Amino acid sequence: MSLLEVKNLKKSFDDNVVLKDISLSVEKGEVLAIIGPSGSGKSTLLRCITDLETEDSGEINFEGTFGLVFQNFNLFPHHSVMKNITNAPMRVQKRDKTEVFAHARDLLRKMGLEDKEDAYPCELSGGQQQRVSIARALAMNPDILFFDEPTSALDPELTGEILTVIKELAAEHMTMVIVTHEMAFARNVADTIIFMDGGVIVEEGTPDEVFSSDNQRMKDFLGKFYD
Amino acid sequence: MILSNVISQLLGGMVTSIEIFLLTLLFSLPLGLLIAGGRMSKFSPVRWLMKIYISIMRGTPLMLQLIVVFFAPYYVLGMSLSPDYRFIAVIIAFTMNYAAYFAEIYRGGIESINSGQYEAAQVLGYSKFETFFIIILPQVFKIILPSVTNEVITLVKDTSLSFVIAIPEMFTVAKQIAAADASIAALLVAGIFYYVFNIIVAFAMEHLEHRLDYYE
Repeated sequence: MSLLEVKNLKKSFDDNVVLKDISLSVEKGEVLAIIGPSGSGKSTLLRCITDLETEDSGEINFEGTFGLVFQNFNLFPHHSVMKNITNAPMRVQKRDKTEVFAHARDLLRKMGLEDKEDAYPCELSGGQQQRVSIARALAMNPDILFFDEPTSALDPELTGEILTVIKELAAEHMTMVIVTHEMAFARNVADTIIFMDGGVIVEEGTPDEVFSSDNQRMKDFLGKFYD
Repeated sequence: MILSNVISQLLGGMVTSIEIFLLTLLFSLPLGLLIAGGRMSKFSPVRWLMKIYISIMRGTPLMLQLIVVFFAPYYVLGMSLSPDYRFIAVIIAFTMNYAAYFAEIYRGGIESINSGQYEAAQVLGYSKFETFFIIILPQVFKIILPSVTNEVITLVKDTSLSFVIAIPEMFTVAKQIAAADASIAALLVAGIFYYVFNIIVAFAMEHLEHRLDYYE
């Protein structure tokens, strides 16, 4: 059985139909990238799966814990880096403080931020903040990690450091669903790519299949990146 | 009358003024948060009730509110009240009035918090209660502190309005001495008292702001 299964998902905001009958599934260890133009519904899809929006109809089957990395990081500005990462595991998951702190330090080392545990988010660059927010999500030991355009708020030179982190996670077989505008990255890191437009899945397949698709909308979209 | 005499007579009034000040803050700060909650409630009757309450409290003179709170139980409800009620009425009136102002300050602060903070907290599994008290409210305090300082400074001076129901606070006593002595010395001393009180308040609030400067 798939780790995550979405069936016939529909969502409208007033008269605006954002998702028209979306179905997909994610296997354990799979990296799924969702691409598509702005307004295609890819972020709304992610927000429905993560319960930040309620779908109008359809089914979402998922058992377990998930993490979500936001476009704008959404770190808690009044908490130190360490508290941002450790507070929910201790308070929500009731895990032991020593274990959670060791885990957090481990994650910070992985993110190259071992010297930042006492810093506050405002003292960090955007790329560092996003790495902290990835560490915060990972500290909950999620079965699946969602990314909502994780590099869209970053300068191009900071984008690379986030993509490197995600690639490392992929190498460790972390299950991930990544909404992104980074075409080359999606092609490089994903096992499966979904191309969405106008609230429907237009193309779905391996990166090679999707990027060599004959679908006109897909070609038009990719053309914008390659011209 | 010599100055030291004036001051010793005013001393009791000063203590009463400080009591009114502290008790009002003690009750109105939490009550304001409750009213702000009602004002932002999804349940429209509660929202409207709080809206009307705030509107009346801010739209009528505090002096009038003091009189109403003091006399209404007797004249409207026919209750006989103990002499202690005079002071209680002052605290009730001040608390009701200041809570309305604090409620609007809280509301402004709460509404200025980015929705992403709620979403991040939700995804991490915090309950609504935890989200509000661990994530939102600490940030709100920092944002609203300058506005709260304004209100607190106003409150120091407003305590003098209690003279209207003859509470022997600072200003009431000063007026009596001034009338008896046919001299404004007591009023000047009272003025200095309010000013020094407010310098201390401003200093304390500034200190608090600095303590919250550890993040932006």
